[in-house]
Amino acid sequence: MEELLEILEGLHPDVDFEHETALIEGGVLDSFDIVTLISEISETFDVTISAEYILPENFNSAQALYALIQKLEEE
Amino acid sequence: MLFTSYGFILFIAVLGVLYYVIPGKAQWILLLAASYLFYAIAGPVFVPYLLAVTLIVYFAARIIGRKLNEQNAYLKEHKEELSKEARKEYKAAEKKKRMTFQIIAVVLCVLILAVVKLSAVLSAVWQAKQLSFLSIAMPLGISFYTLQALSYLFDVSRGTIEAEKNIFKFALFVSFFPQLVQGPISRYKDLSATLYTPHPFNKQAVAFGLQRILWGFFKKLVIADRILPAVQTIYSDLNSYTGAYAFFGMLFYTIQLYADFTGGIDITIGIAEMLGIKVQENFNLPYFSTSLKVYWRRWHISMCSWFRDYVFYPLSSSKGMQKFTKFSKNHFGKRFGKRLPVYISSFVVWLLTGLWHGAGATFVVWGLFNWFVLMASEELEPLYERFHKRFAFSEKLPYRIFQILRTFGLICALNLFDVCKSVGETFRAFGSIFTFSNWKQAFSGGLLNLGIGLSDYLVLTAGVVILFLVSLYKNKKGDPRISLTERIRPEKYAVWLILFLIVLIFGTYGIGYDSSQFIYNQF
Amino acid sequence: MKKQGKGKRIAAVIITLLVAAGVLFFLERLLVPKYVDDVVEGAFVAEYYKEENKDFDVIFIGDCEVYENFSPVVLWNEYGINSYIRGSAEQYIWQSYYLLEDTLRYHKPQVVVFNIQSLQFNESQSEAYNRMSIEGMRWSASKVGAIKASMTEDEHFIEYVFPLLRYHSRWNELTKADFEYMFHSKQVTHNGYFMRIDARPAEDVPPGRPLADYSFGDKAMMYLDKIRLLCEKNDIKLLLIKAPSLYPEWYEEYEMQVEDYAETYDLPYINFLEIQDQTGIDYTTDTYDGGLHMNLSGAEKLADYIGPVLLDMGVSDRRGDPELDAIWEENNADYEAEIKEQEALYGLNYTSPLN
Repeated sequence: MEELLEILEGLHPDVDFEHETALIEGGVLDSFDIVTLISEISETFDVTISAEYILPENFNSAQALYALIQKLEEE
Repeated sequence: MLFTSYGFILFIAVLGVLYYVIPGKAQWILLLAASYLFYAIAGPVFVPYLLAVTLIVYFAARIIGRKLNEQNAYLKEHKEELSKEARKEYKAAEKKKRMTFQIIAVVLCVLILAVVKLSAVLSAVWQAKQLSFLSIAMPLGISFYTLQALSYLFDVSRGTIEAEKNIFKFALFVSFFPQLVQGPISRYKDLSATLYTPHPFNKQAVAFGLQRILWGFFKKLVIADRILPAVQTIYSDLNSYTGAYAFFGMLFYTIQLYADFTGGIDITIGIAEMLGIKVQENFNLPYFSTSLKVYWRRWHISMCSWFRDYVFYPLSSSKGMQKFTKFSKNHFGKRFGKRLPVYISSFVVWLLTGLWHGAGATFVVWGLFNWFVLMASEELEPLYERFHKRFAFSEKLPYRIFQILRTFGLICALNLFDVCKSVGETFRAFGSIFTFSNWKQAFSGGLLNLGIGLSDYLVLTAGVVILFLVSLYKNKKGDPRISLTERIRPEKYAVWLILFLIVLIFGTYGIGYDSSQFIYNQF
Repeated sequence: MKKQGKGKRIAAVIITLLVAAGVLFFLERLLVPKYVDDVVEGAFVAEYYKEENKDFDVIFIGDCEVYENFSPVVLWNEYGINSYIRGSAEQYIWQSYYLLEDTLRYHKPQVVVFNIQSLQFNESQSEAYNRMSIEGMRWSASKVGAIKASMTEDEHFIEYVFPLLRYHSRWNELTKADFEYMFHSKQVTHNGYFMRIDARPAEDVPPGRPLADYSFGDKAMMYLDKIRLLCEKNDIKLLLIKAPSLYPEWYEEYEMQVEDYAETYDLPYINFLEIQDQTGIDYTTDTYDGGLHMNLSGAEKLADYIGPVLLDMGVSDRRGDPELDAIWEENNADYEAEIKEQEALYGLNYTSPLN
């Protein structure tokens, strides 16, 4: 989780990712951010988030994203 | 059948009455029949295309959906005995099988689309050279329903939705007539939520729907069709209409495109609303955007999100692209290296978006110009930030207005590709704005010789002002229809009556006007 | 939403609908063309309904070749023939048929005179002429038939039902007359006759261009049959004529077909182009536009010629009927008044060729 927050803060230093729950709907993350995020996650966590998982509900908060990463790590 | 024709109004009126007379369970069947009737009236020869896309995608999705369910059942059953590696292997093998069907379906659909698009371009070229060419008439709305059907296929394949078993229900999803011709490109998940369910008569929904339709008629008939002659005059002869005329042509087309396209979508969403069906919004005040990037999130939303979800994300998250990212980071520096793969994916998206609009060079260049501007502003972002930090006016209204005007100017310029016959002509027309000084001539009568007269300019000005004020209201306070329901009766009735009369008197329709097809029909 | 009683709500809806209907009616009256100034031809068809006594013995149907070429006043004064011209500009033959049908709803004439010039058109040529011939008709099955038979490709039936849809864009060309004549009209004909007293001699009449095909179209011939059968059914005698207009060219091939038709069905047919010596038409003094239409002098000569023909066909001399005498006295007065008016307008002195 710490590592994920670090990645996120690297994208937008001014956002409180720990508590923000509308990253997509609120327009914080755009499609470029998401793609950048995916490649950083793939480096750090060794999971590939393929297109079918790129859904608003998976990217709206750091918690949701972390849950997705854990789910993919298990598979 | 044009949305603004008497025939279509009659069609909607009859359908609306029947819809609420028959049992709720049969409503979607009526819609299917109405949709195919609508399409057959537009051109019986087009029906096979619609059927082909429907059948190809239906069966492919059924097979893929079944295979996916079998896979999941197998994995669940053998959860304990399979190792992580074995599961991965099994899934990969299964995916490969599914992909075969998906690829076949996609190739077939895209092939149909490509052939009709290419034929349109080639026949224009051939005709210009006085050669006869076996031209295939572009089936109405094929670009839209093909993308809509494919989005369903991809969603089934990704497992985000279940494949629809009832072929007739699926056929309705593809052919739903209000959006068949010019979108929005709905997702199955969104549209199916209200498309098949029974809808008892709801006065408020019907009233809102009719109001939205009327607003669409206003945009289309009072603004778009009235300005159209000037747009056509200028773009039919850009060698003569240079300088100030090219500038006004650009401005007029941008106004016309907005009024025509968003007006058409208003009619679409209004009809659906009247029938109790929710169609996703396709625009969000795009001309109030402060940058091109924001604009493409607010203009033709359903198309942009289609290309984002089904081209941009899969491509940029693919294994190959991830590998390339690592390589690029090592070779091009951390910042740019990280961005380069994104730019490449984005390039592909804009290339395809351009081609989707039309298989001509102007559309391709249009797409790539959009890409270039977006990427350039992305790269210049740090520079902007430094600039804004030093000069603290970035949050002030005048600066926002400047941003909006700048973006609007950019959109006007990019739209030139849309209407010019060739890339060279586009550049010549744009260049002439700065080199020809015929402004005086344009303002001393020239603008009145473009096929629209003084009274048209008056109506247009008033129409655009109304449109602007309503948009401003929407931006600040939300849907004016809801605000109006809170008003007392005489006031709200008067508003709708006046709008109706404005459309009736100042609308461009009937004898003496060329009723023009919605611009987006042909795409 | 403010709470309002149900009664109040219904009242609000009804009032809104009434206001809407009122506004629409007002706008429609304002925006439809009034046909009182330059183009008056659109007013002809409606004027018929204003006649209180419609007991006419002779009805003329056809285009400008009837409404400018025969003077009903002369027919009455000289022969006691009570006649009316239901003519309109470029009246197509299906329009003539439906106008006749419409006329028969009010009374049965003894003779119908039809000018066969319009046989050459097998489809309506112009929306404007459709409008001028049809709009003035009162609503009936005949009007519906006329609209359906006449509509050009771009026309819509609903635009005849609600002329506002057709004329909505006239808001930028409204004149004083549009406000003045919103709810009433001005008499422009004399029993359907449109008067011009000035003269412009016929000079270089352009020769007719050869045509690829001279035969009348199926639709035109079908309506000629319909006119004939309608007359037969109602015991009305039908007289076919060709007015003495020098152009558009009346081709020999046209003439043959009409003569054949008249012979086949035993119908009287007069081609005024061929009997100039009997009618006394002088193309230097009897036309106001170089041979296309007759002026008053020409129309009085033609009426004087056709009167005895009509009497021969059994039309009654109605002089002595006190009601008709009174009506025609008034008609004569209007007629004389307009002659005076036009004399002043054109700076002429009109003398009737019949004196």
